Amino acid sequence: MEKERLFRLSAKKLTELLSKREISNLDIVNDVVERTQEVEPIVKSYITTNMHGAIASAKKIDKLIYKSIFKGNKVEPLMGIPIAIKDNISTEGMHTTCGSKILAGYRPIYNATVIKNLKNSKIVIMGKTNMDEFAMGSSTENSSFWSTHNPWNLSNVPGGSSGGSAAAVAVGEVILALGSDTGGSVRQPASLCGVVGLKPTYGLVSRYGLIAFASSLDQIGPITRNVEDCALLLNVIAGHDPLDSTSVLKEKEDYTEYLKQNINGLKIGLIKELMGKGISNSVKDSVYKAMDLFSSLGAFCEEVSLPSLKFALSAYYIIAPAEASSNLARYDGIRYGLRAKRVKSFRSMYRKTRSKGFGDEVKRRIMLGTYALSRGYYEAYYLQAQKVRTLIINDYKRVFRNFDVLISPTTPTVAFKIGERSEDPLTMYLSDACTIPVNLAGIPAISIPCGVDNGLPIGLQIMTPHFKEGLLIKTAYNFEKNFSFKLKPLYKKYRE
Amino acid sequence: MDFEIKIGLETHVELLTDSKMFCGCSTKFGSPPNTQTCPICLGHPGTLPVINKKAINYTIKVALALNCKIANFTQFHRKNYFYPDLPKGYQISQYDLPVGLNGYLDIELDGNKKRIRISRVHIEEDTAKLIHFGKTGRISEAVGSGLDFNRSGIPLLEIVSAPDIENVEQAKAYVVLLKRILEYLEISDCNMEEGKFRIDTNISVRKKEDIYSKVRTELKNLNSFRFLEKGLSYEIKRQKEILSKGQKLYMETRHFDSETMTTKPMRVKEVAEDYRYFPEPDLVPMIIDKKWVEEIKKTIPELPYRRAKRIKEQYNLPNNDVQIITSTKEMADFFEFCAKTYPYPKKISNWITGDMLYYLNQEQIQIEECKIKPQNLVEMLRMIDKGLISGKIAKSVFKDMFKTGEMPETIVRRKGLEQISDVEKISNIIDEVINGNPDVVKQYLSGKEQVLAFFIGQVMKKTKGKANPRIVNDILKKKLKRMSF
Ligand SMILES: [Zn+2]
Repeated sequence: MEKERLFRLSAKKLTELLSKREISNLDIVNDVVERTQEVEPIVKSYITTNMHGAIASAKKIDKLIYKSIFKGNKVEPLMGIPIAIKDNISTEGMHTTCGSKILAGYRPIYNATVIKNLKNSKIVIMGKTNMDEFAMGSSTENSSFWSTHNPWNLSNVPGGSSGGSAAAVAVGEVILALGSDTGGSVRQPASLCGVVGLKPTYGLVSRYGLIAFASSLDQIGPITRNVEDCALLLNVIAGHDPLDSTSVLKEKEDYTEYLKQNINGLKIGLIKELMGKGISNSVKDSVYKAMDLFSSLGAFCEEVSLPSLKFALSAYYIIAPAEASSNLARYDGIRYGLRAKRVKSFRSMYRKTRSKGFGDEVKRRIMLGTYALSRGYYEAYYLQAQKVRTLIINDYKRVFRNFDVLISPTTPTVAFKIGERSEDPLTMYLSDACTIPVNLAGIPAISIPCGVDNGLPIGLQIMTPHFKEGLLIKTAYNFEKNFSFKLKPLYKKYRE
Repeated sequence: MDFEIKIGLETHVELLTDSKMFCGCSTKFGSPPNTQTCPICLGHPGTLPVINKKAINYTIKVALALNCKIANFTQFHRKNYFYPDLPKGYQISQYDLPVGLNGYLDIELDGNKKRIRISRVHIEEDTAKLIHFGKTGRISEAVGSGLDFNRSGIPLLEIVSAPDIENVEQAKAYVVLLKRILEYLEISDCNMEEGKFRIDTNISVRKKEDIYSKVRTELKNLNSFRFLEKGLSYEIKRQKEILSKGQKLYMETRHFDSETMTTKPMRVKEVAEDYRYFPEPDLVPMIIDKKWVEEIKKTIPELPYRRAKRIKEQYNLPNNDVQIITSTKEMADFFEFCAKTYPYPKKISNWITGDMLYYLNQEQIQIEECKIKPQNLVEMLRMIDKGLISGKIAKSVFKDMFKTGEMPETIVRRKGLEQISDVEKISNIIDEVINGNPDVVKQYLSGKEQVLAFFIGQVMKKTKGKANPRIVNDILKKKLKRMSF
């Protein structure tokens, strides 16, 4: 019989084993490294791996754990647990490419605030994961390097843009991961890979060091295999950061406290607008079944309407590209990253560097955004989109007066085939129809597995008012506890 | 042909904060290139700006001093354009919600007051410095270019006047007064050579009857008062000539060439540049409440024009004196410090506007840099009043004080310059002079009283100027009078 592989265990379980000194941190890291060597050539989750660095860290942490236990102290939560980082989060001295050729070879000279937090908690960084270039995409096919494969079915996409992070967690290349979510980029790949993904309230987690796509929408969020690990990781990354003016001054919470509570009497609203056209039957079925499960746990469930959501996608595709067109102006070849050779003037240096460095989708969005901000169009597009955004915020406020949480599918369908939508940006954009309104409103949301269709997982999205991550975790955890779901890729052997 | 001239000035001022506008880097001038930088002011991916509160305080201070309305809701915008000195590809600036709006500045020319409206006062970040290597430092002849990011992100104040200025003299008066106010507020050292006080202008000349013309020229690179004068004069003359020939002017940006003292076109704008302004999403808007504004108000010192008015009235000084004394804050401080402990303001003013100014100009220094302190001057004035030194001796004492900073007493003692007020001693010397010049005595006695000055001069010569002139005069007259009997 095969020995029990550590990479399949939860962070919580691994901490228990470390505390009992049944395993060492090096055992954990070695097993994760071994699994990565088995599956990485097939799944391709990472852009950069940090195996040697991780092993060195694990050895140091083992000494700390030994000292700590010797003194009679507990092993701190997540100490020594392997994590994968989306490649748009700055890691000092470690390649950070954003999935783009324009940043090939770029090594940041500073750490993002979340990375500092992880290091303070002695969490071990295993590498940087693949993503759609500059987080623009829903399938990880827009990576300038390669596509990542969905570990449930290798011919399907893992979702995106944090596809590498979601796939790595699902297949056991790592225990935890960080993604970033601008229009669904944490929740959508989590849903498509059968794992848990949380987008925190805008302002809960520092964006300092997250390479900006759309500043008013971006948030870093955890991707894990269960809700408890998600709460533990959120504990580490949430909190005010003086380096991010949009991060909110708020007392730190222990989100694991909410795991102990039940959902008896909770009022849950199912968003009607996100259950209509474009949502596949299997997805709808799973969501209705989820509603039944909630009811059986003592919650009141009802359908609710947010009419403004039908404008969300259009508003998003004005606001996000507008901000992106400005955020991506700094890639000019002067200070870092790619610089085109043989240029005659700085104008031609810009033109050639940016033509060569950016992929099609990025160029498309830069042009969209530039247009939306141009004189004569600003009022009709950007300003109008901001008004829609206000409508959406107000719509959520209104329904949250009567409901504690809202639910919907995370994605309209299960994971689609690689190449199926890559030639059709509009269909691709629809993949985020259920997740985008949440970013526009700035509220938190989580995606958890709620079913399987044809061997591919289905995700349930749960939403709460601003800064009610505790309620989100409580709701998700109660569902997870009572729903049987097996993360199959963890047990799969991928040798051809 | 009658012309109407409208000039608007846009002034950029680097603020005197310790750290930059959106990061913690130092703003010190003159450090080796790229030694005062960090990921934020280098525009590295993932970095975010954090507002420097002191810079906002300074902006409010200036806006208040220029009689602006302070916005209670103000916001930063991104100004998007590509240039190598702009690391993020956008400048964090202000757009439709600047800190200060609708102020004014009253200038005075030959006793006539003129109000120049201030359209806006806003705060933004400075760009990096682009340096072209090569003989001339011009981009066209450069063998390569370098970037110094030490300047990138330094808080930069922009003060925009309405096009109310009608001629070169008014423009100069406006800039001189503005600069003096900013120095008084101690928010910038306004060093023009270091580029901390830069002036751009908008000039439009049109025929009086041509009321619909909106053509204006932007003129850049006027980096001293002299260049401002020369540049504007040249440009006005050029535009008048073109219009006189019946030709048309067109919108353009021109560059002042300090070698030829002329203006040259930079580039003709085919389309107005579109900066695609939008609210900076990385910063939250600021609410400036009444309490905040009141607190800043308390930090504003008496402004130069108000101080000049008060000094004139309080000390009863002529206009000319007031103008010189209040030309810098430090000089006015010097004067008022003296006036606090010495009761004759006009005497103080005479020395400041006379000898002091002379030596300052000679040494090319400011009053705060010279060795004479107010106590020195006051002491010296008291010595004159007590008859310890004559006015003439005082002049040489002052010169010594300027050089060494010693107290007047020390100088007088060291050089033996005490005035001779001893009647007997003076009387003896007068006797010597009278006896030695019988011919002149005869002239005096025959009614030619002007020769009295000759005798006084002789006495002074013998005493090396130390004799008390009043006593000399008295005794001399008495003695000569006695001889006439
Ligand atoms: Zn800096």
